[in-house]
Amino acid sequence: MARVIVDVMLKPEILDPQGQAIARALPRLGFSGVRDVRQGKRFEVEIEGEADEAALAEVRKMAETLLANTVIEDFTVRVER
Amino acid sequence: MNAARVGVVTFPGTLDDQDAARAVRLAGAEAVPLWHADHDLKGVDAVFLPGGFSYGDYLRCGAISRFSPLMDELIPAARAGLPVLGTCNGFQILCEAHLLPGALTRNEGLHYICRDQGIRVENNGTAWTADFETGQEITLPVKHGEGRYVADADTLAELEGSGRVVFRYVGGNPNGSLNDIAGITNEAGNIVGLMPHPEHAVEELTGAPSVDGRGFFTSILRKLVNA
Repeated sequence: MARVIVDVMLKPEILDPQGQAIARALPRLGFSGVRDVRQGKRFEVEIEGEADEAALAEVRKMAETLLANTVIEDFTVRVER
Repeated sequence: MNAARVGVVTFPGTLDDQDAARAVRLAGAEAVPLWHADHDLKGVDAVFLPGGFSYGDYLRCGAISRFSPLMDELIPAARAGLPVLGTCNGFQILCEAHLLPGALTRNEGLHYICRDQGIRVENNGTAWTADFETGQEITLPVKHGEGRYVADADTLAELEGSGRVVFRYVGGNPNGSLNDIAGITNEAGNIVGLMPHPEHAVEELTGAPSVDGRGFFTSILRKLVNA
């Protein structure tokens, strides 16, 4: 069994009002020096067997099909060691 | 002559299907309930995808619904010309299914907006807008948290250049939609999606801001009867 991580983020050009709200809240809580915050999603996909190239290709297909909407989001796929 | 048959789809979490069915009946058509788990469009002449929170808006609004068995039937039928109207969550589903370009994202101000909204009809050449005048301003309820229409610059230019922006917000943009876009259509004009709710504005009795929503239903009926 292996765990594959899919991170999904809004594309840089897409407005992220949730991230903005978080960025505005941080100074109020005493955290300084934050220039920007973008909020995204992390999926932990547990697969049967090895995380070989074929398995990763399959996870990439999952991400393109369902986990991300590639019209507005980018995704990355990596194996958790 | 048999009445035109307009399918109204229900997903788990759909809210507006009863209002949509009522609006269809008020216009003189037969409302045919369509169930998300069926591979069956029941031979309807047009389909209304109503609003709500299908599948609890899990993952993204419309992302799960788009893969339901009913959508397996609806997507090719719509591509082949079946008239389809999606409002609110229905519009989100149409975008997730790539039947319409772009996407609906979180409202700019983060607030869920529920209000009466002015909308200008920009194109009366679609299956669902023929009974309006181009340039006509109507009032419909909006109620959504994820209605900010976005698309890349090329798509936006193509929509604008080919008259595929069907509705634009007037009197204030409720959600930060690019170019004040409230609704769009596909190239053929049979598929229309918009965030406002025509099905909630068909009867004075219910306190709707107008009965402007009737035009959507009379438009499609006239088209089906003349077909």
